[in-house]
Order: sequence, then C-alpha cells, then structure tokens
Amino acid sequence: MDIAILIPLLAATVQSGTPILYATLGEIITERSGVLNLGVEGIMIVGALTGFVVSLTTGNPWLAFFAAGAAGCLMAAVHGVVVLLFLGNQVVSGLAITIFGLGLANYFGTPFVGQAAPGFDPFALPILGNIPALGEIFFRHDVLVYISYLLPLAIWLFLYVTRIGLNLRATGEAPVAARAAGIGVVAYRWLGIIMGGFCMGCGGAYLSLAYTHLWTNNLTGGRGWIAVALVIFSFWRPQRAVFGAYLFGGIMAVQLRLQASGTTIPSSLLLMLPYTLTIAVLVFSSWRRGSTGEPAALGTTIEPRQ
Amino acid sequence: MRRVCTGIVAALAVCLFMGQAVAEDLQVGFVYVSPVGDAGWSYAHDQGRLAVEAMDGVSTSFVEAVAEGPDSERVILNMARKGYDVIFATSFGYMDPMLKVAGQFPDTVFMHCSGFKLADNMGNYFGRMYQARYLSGMVAGAMTESNTLGYVAAFPIPEVIRGINAFTLGVRAMNPEATVRVVWTKTWYDPATEKEAAKSLLDVGADVIAQHQDSAGPQEAAQERGVYSVGYNSDMSQFAPEAHLTAPIWNWGPFYVATVEKVRSGEWQAEATWPGLAEGIVDLAPIGDMVPQEVKDQVMAKMGAIKGGERVFVGPINDQDGVLKVAEGETMSDEELLGMTWFVEGVIGTTQ
Repeated sequence: MDIAILIPLLAATVQSGTPILYATLGEIITERSGVLNLGVEGIMIVGALTGFVVSLTTGNPWLAFFAAGAAGCLMAAVHGVVVLLFLGNQVVSGLAITIFGLGLANYFGTPFVGQAAPGFDPFALPILGNIPALGEIFFRHDVLVYISYLLPLAIWLFLYVTRIGLNLRATGEAPVAARAAGIGVVAYRWLGIIMGGFCMGCGGAYLSLAYTHLWTNNLTGGRGWIAVALVIFSFWRPQRAVFGAYLFGGIMAVQLRLQASGTTIPSSLLLMLPYTLTIAVLVFSSWRRGSTGEPAALGTTIEPRQ
Repeated sequence: MRRVCTGIVAALAVCLFMGQAVAEDLQVGFVYVSPVGDAGWSYAHDQGRLAVEAMDGVSTSFVEAVAEGPDSERVILNMARKGYDVIFATSFGYMDPMLKVAGQFPDTVFMHCSGFKLADNMGNYFGRMYQARYLSGMVAGAMTESNTLGYVAAFPIPEVIRGINAFTLGVRAMNPEATVRVVWTKTWYDPATEKEAAKSLLDVGADVIAQHQDSAGPQEAAQERGVYSVGYNSDMSQFAPEAHLTAPIWNWGPFYVATVEKVRSGEWQAEATWPGLAEGIVDLAPIGDMVPQEVKDQVMAKMGAIKGGERVFVGPINDQDGVLKVAEGETMSDEELLGMTWFVEGVIGTTQ
C-alpha cells in the first residue's frame, strides 16, 4: 500500500472514528460517576435525528448540533430518573433506552428519510492544513472533528484537575465514603449522566450533520455499542479513548479500501473485522484484570439516606 | 387450537371480504420495505401506486417500512382481511409470508416483486433493470478519464451481480480499457457506509461512481470530489447536480395500472413477468448536460435497439479471469441471468 492511498485512509480513519469518540467520551464521564448507561446507541440516534430536523427547519447547523446534545441530555435524563430516582437496575434501564431511542427516532424520522439538510463541510485549518501528510490527515476536516481533538483534553482536565471532577470520580469509586465526606453523590451522578448524554447526542449529530447530510432509520448502525466496548478498552481514561476510537475508525475505513483496491478476501470476512476486534478488546481487557481502572461502584445503586 | 383460530380468522375474513365486495372501489394495497420518502426503491414503487390511485374506481393504500419476515406476514394478512382485492408486496423477503397468506385468501390477488414463487392467486414480477444499467454504463464509460470506475453495491446476489455485469459491458462497449471496481456494503440503505465506500473507490482513482444502493450517499461523495456519478432507482440529480450523469430508474406506474386493469376485467392470471425497457418499466433518467451530444445519441440508439429486441448479454463474454463463459453468437437465457453469480471481464472485486 503506497503513500497515496495511506494518507486518504488515515484521513478517513479520523472521520469514521469521530462519532465513536464523542460517544465513548460521554460514556466514560457517565461511568466515572458510577452509572452504567447501555443506552448509548438509542441516545446517539435521537441526537442524530434531532440535529437533522433542527438543521433542516432552521438551516443553522450550530443550533442543530447543540439541539442534538440537548436531546441526548433528555434521553439520558430518562435513564437518570429510572436509576437514580426509582433505583432501577442500570443494565435493564440502559437496554430499554436503546430500544426506546431507536423506535422513537425511526417513528419520528420516517418523513425525513431521503431529504438532505445543511450541515458542516470540511475546510482546511490555516497553516496546520498545509503541513505535508499530517495536514491532510488531521486538519482538513469539518469543525466537529476539530472540536473532538480538544474534547478528550477538556474532559481529562475536568476529571483530574477540577474539584467537581474529583467529587464525580469519588462518587464512582466509593459513594458511601463520598457521602460521608459531605459530597452530594446523587447530584454528581446526575451530572455524570447529563454530561455523558450531551456527548452521546453530539456523536449522533456528527453522523447526520457532517459525515453525511442525510437521515435514515438506524443511521447509527451499532456505533453506540462499539463505544460501550471502547470504554473498557480505554480503561475509563479519556486520553486512551482517542486511540480506541481511531483504531475502530481505521478498521472500518480499511476494509472498504481493501475491497476497492481489488482484494480477493471475501467481503463478509472483512465486514466482520470491527466486531471481531470488539471481542478481542473485551478479552484483552479482562485478561489484564486488576489494573483496568474500572470505577469500583460502577453499576451499583445508591440507597437513599436512612 | 391453532387450526381453529385460523378457521375463525378465515371465516371472519370471508365475512369482511363479502361486506367489502359490495363497495364499488377496487381496493389495492402496497407493502414497502423502507419509508416512501427515501428517493429510492420504495419511493419508485409509490410513484407507481399514485398512478393506480389516479384510476377511476380504484382506491389504494400502503404500509411503509415493513420489516421482512413475521411483521410482513401480519401486514399482508391484515390487508387481506380488510378485503383488499390486489396486494403488491415489493421486497424479496415478503415472498414466503405472502405465499402463506395467499393460501388462506383464494379470492385475493397477490403480487410479489423480485421473487420466484407462484400460487393460483399469487404472481411475481420484476423489471429488467440490467438493460437500463447497460445504458448508464455506456454514459459512464464515455465520461471516465482515469479508466477506473467505482461501483458501490449492496449484497452479492444475482440481481446485483447482473447489474454490475451489464454496467461493465456498457462501459467497455464505449471504452474497452476501462475497469469497474466493486465495493460491497452489505446494506441496502446506510448513507454513512455507502458514502465511505464511494470515497474508498475515489481514493483508488475512480472518477465515476455508480451504485446499487438506495441512498444518495455515493452521489454526495462524488459531488464533493468533483467527479461524476450514476444514480439508481429514481433521478438523484437533486443530491448531486454537478456530478449526476444519469440513473437507471424504475417506472412501475404502467405495469401496476395494467395489472389492476387485468384484475378488474378478470383476465389476470398468476404468472411470472419480467418486463424491461420496451414495456417502460425501467428507464434512463435524463442524461446531464456535461455529456457530449454524440454520446447521448449513441446511448439513445442503443436504447432503441434494446427496445426492439436486442439482447444485452450476447457472446463472446469472458468472466473476470478471462475464461470464455458465453460463446460468440450465443445469448444468455433468463434462467442463466436470474442465477448469475460470476463477474464479467473488466470487473475488479469478488462475488463473495
């Protein structure tokens, strides 16, 4: 494979990794507060539809992007009500959110199938975009990709430098001790859920506003589930999520390019690659058990104060 | 217990059917696999339905986005129970569910698209899309400069393979040096994947992108790179006005109107029909202004010849390894076309 193919491949890697990166970062924040949210797929698709519809009706992609994030918050809030207010099982509630979100988006999205909405188009960043190779790979994308470069750093700073981040992590590791120390653990779990939902909604919007400018049923195509797996792969650390997301983006991009370059490997085998990798990642991370960084109280319910 | 239930259901249905029969309007139902707004497969069928709706004494309705399998059986059964006179099911996976329901409602006419099973009251139909694909290939072959064309394709089934082969034959009729590279997406409708597949073809040097997909994703990709594209299903030029050369398109209206007319006059018979360009069921979208007039003339002349009975798959045809598959002067039979699982010379890709 020569350089002329490699550079577009890496550029495509960044692009197809971006929606997964947004969603993975969202799930990391949520899980660091001790809440498991398996509704990523459902939240993403509601975000994708909201973004698309707002962009189509107002013509303003930025408004659409934030509306998608807000829709993600709303969907995540449903999860929050179930698991924080009614102390429901987090796994069951998350699965229900996924099914609910997919159904909701398909129902309301049907009239919009086949229309094209205004969205974000690629533009080269000044100076950076002219760097040979690197410029083409990283700095000739749409603005949502550029935001996603800063997002892991911002979330890392939030989690590890600010007091609010410290309290959120404490809630995820030892809610009883955190409460004894005077931290409002339920409030911090709400914060984790809502912030996470915002990122997931934005990840969905990337698909309908930048990746394509089209809407369809099941637009997310399982990317939400890959994000859930990637949280484990990245050991709950935002900086490692970047590698995971681009690894998957790369696999998705490379299998299509292998076909285009005329390989004789059956396409069915190539299409299995992302999912084979998901399983490999899960095996790998459980094999390294003990140092994975999983929040100790992940998935537990906080009983109300007696 | 189940048999009793079926009996009761059938009896109820008969009652309903008799009740409806007094009404004057012939009721025609359509079942679609995707939303009608997709500018793709179901949209094309719905345009046909609108032509039926415009007929005197006929009313129509449709159910969209019906999943293949058990869901579709429920929808078809429900239509039959409500006393619909003719039911059109427009996806391959509706075949067995429809056959099952057809057995319970002998007085209803069932029509299944793209399958092969028949019953006394169930016929099947499809169109020779490969004829229009050959013509679109001629346009693409005349317009390529890199001699590499890209084809974003859904599933490696005979219908799609036949289309790729016809397209390639058309391309090489104009430009014997050109090759067609195929990427499988394993989905009928996924704009993100389709667009990415088109980009992967553009990255290996393709300068015309064709598709057997229902979304306009590949059209978008071609437009963004400033190269040409060939649509599918319906005129997709609205999504890529500068890229869109033409598109092989469906025109179901005349066929649906004729079928409903036959049912009304009692001439309808259960049979397998496979009309093409000559009957107007498939067509070519208007060819874009970027195409030179002499190319348009050549394509139109070929269209006239095919309408007059000329065949597309005429020997000599080699497969992609250069082995002679159809000898000089021979033509492929319909059975061979319906079961086509190999690529012709000039296609780069695998059918697996």
